[in-house]
Amino acid sequence: MASNDVVLHSKAKSDIAFKTVIYIVCTILALLSLFPFIIMLINATRSTIQIQNTAVSLVPGKDLFKNIDILGKKETFKPLVGMKNSLIISVSVTVLNIYFSCLTAYAIHAYDWKLKKAFFSLIIGIMCLPGTVTMIGFYRACYQLHLTDNKLMLILPAIAAPMTVFFMKQYLEGTLSMDIVESARIDGASEFRTFNSIVLPIMKPAMATQAIFAFVGSWNNYFLPMILFNKPKNYTMPIMVACLNEDIYKTEFGCIYLGLSMTALPLIIVYLLLSKYIVSGIALGSVKG
Amino acid sequence: MKRKKLVSYSKYGYLFAIPFFVAFLIFTLYPIMYTLLIAFTNQQGIMPPKLKIAKDPLASFKYLFKPRGATGKMSYFLDSLINTAKIWIINFIPQLTLALLLAAWFTDNRVKVKGQGFYKVVFYLPNIITAATIAILFRTLFGYPAGYPVNDMLIKMGIFKKAFFFLDNGMASRGIVEFIQCWQWYGSTMITLIAAVIGINPEIFEAAEIDGAGRWRKFWNITLPSVRPIMLFTLVTSMIGGLSMFDIPMLFGEGKQKLGLQTIAIYIYQTALKDPYMYNRAAAASIILFLIIMVISIFLFWLLRDKDAAKLAKMKKQEMKRARELGRGL
Repeated sequence: MASNDVVLHSKAKSDIAFKTVIYIVCTILALLSLFPFIIMLINATRSTIQIQNTAVSLVPGKDLFKNIDILGKKETFKPLVGMKNSLIISVSVTVLNIYFSCLTAYAIHAYDWKLKKAFFSLIIGIMCLPGTVTMIGFYRACYQLHLTDNKLMLILPAIAAPMTVFFMKQYLEGTLSMDIVESARIDGASEFRTFNSIVLPIMKPAMATQAIFAFVGSWNNYFLPMILFNKPKNYTMPIMVACLNEDIYKTEFGCIYLGLSMTALPLIIVYLLLSKYIVSGIALGSVKG
Repeated sequence: MKRKKLVSYSKYGYLFAIPFFVAFLIFTLYPIMYTLLIAFTNQQGIMPPKLKIAKDPLASFKYLFKPRGATGKMSYFLDSLINTAKIWIINFIPQLTLALLLAAWFTDNRVKVKGQGFYKVVFYLPNIITAATIAILFRTLFGYPAGYPVNDMLIKMGIFKKAFFFLDNGMASRGIVEFIQCWQWYGSTMITLIAAVIGINPEIFEAAEIDGAGRWRKFWNITLPSVRPIMLFTLVTSMIGGLSMFDIPMLFGEGKQKLGLQTIAIYIYQTALKDPYMYNRAAAASIILFLIIMVISIFLFWLLRDKDAAKLAKMKKQEMKRARELGRGL
């Protein structure tokens, strides 16, 4: 009995040590994740001279509006234009991506057709194909057809989103029973209507998580818009951010941080509001995959 | 009876898959084919000549591998391929290790870590922020000489005597890019792995505990083998993502790509869209990248298909069982 107590005691002791290590490591990692953004946000409110003297401070300065003023007078970085363009593109991409992925997944899940297997293999085959690979041909074709600087060239490709189709198909397999579809058929609903009014509502949870990822992916995309868009009025947010690398901003320390904050803050806020869905969405997506 | 019904609806399968297929033809297949074609032509310069197969169709491919000038140094393409591989590997090993460690800690059945939700949200945060923003933020943090946070802190703590030019040093800039990649992605990998560990039947862990297995043995003998398929999936998708790495090395190393930050994607971009506009060479590089990704994808395909096939077999079996039961009932 006594020896048993000792074993339990030492076990509890080692558990406490173990726990301490976990908390220390996690706290360090959490600080590492947050620190760059904290410096960014605080320095956005400090003047260039303050930053030159002490680059790191935990106390916000009073020069936020002055920085906004200076930044507004510069020519290239126009956050409102960037935000507008990014919003138009990302919202359209998200809608097309989600709707057509559901439709395609339903075509694979609910119907038996000869080329289905080949089609699904194709989807898995191109699932991970990055834009880098198709860029040259895509750019040359757009250039010859005078379609560079056309937002549709970034929006329409979202109709074929293999990753989302794959996820939606896995989701349908787990949730949609064909009995519901059958009974809708008996009631005389057309196939297209059945999909829109019965299948889509069932897929809402999957649509929500995938929509977040589609939106963020499109919002953060730098490579393709940078190549396709030449006119500053079409620049998306990431291209605007890249403008901060230009020499005219080099001497305005506060402005760089402010510009960066303007692009990061909306994402941070949306993320904190939706973090529950996002975190569970990553897990769902990968385990299903 | 049932079969007939399915056949009569099959046209809707085709119909609903058409939009995807058409978009795929226009925006993926056609560009790839066009890229392939350009790779064999003499498309160069701001106003490229009419599309025609070059006298030596493989010239662009040969160029990619030809040593540079008289020095016999490795070609820029191979150099960027190796850079990309290096950056990916050095970011992925610590990323996976850290993610596995955290996943094991957060799922430990004896020690419940409080505040897990908070940690997960914070660890994943860097992943959601625009890569372009992160690249320029780090470029600013590691700036030189005065008024930049990292140098400032290191000098004030007495670690450095004077400011260090991180962005002018190959090792340092590559190290920072590798750090950013790892820092942005370990949270995502961790959450994926946690979900996988939670999926393991808890009875297996309990049985092992009764047999006196410690934490390390449970991790090594149960957790690790169980999450292997998901680790492989993460590995493959991360590898493909890593091969097309662009934003961070491009914007972090702006103008200093010679320092070992030239990835394949940057090589393709600069060859095609900067003077002297060598579209054919960039296209050839894209095709080689495509082939590499294809090989990796086939591996992924095989990985997923295997699972799907197993699932399908299970479903078929159940269906048969149900049919048999029905038959008996009649």
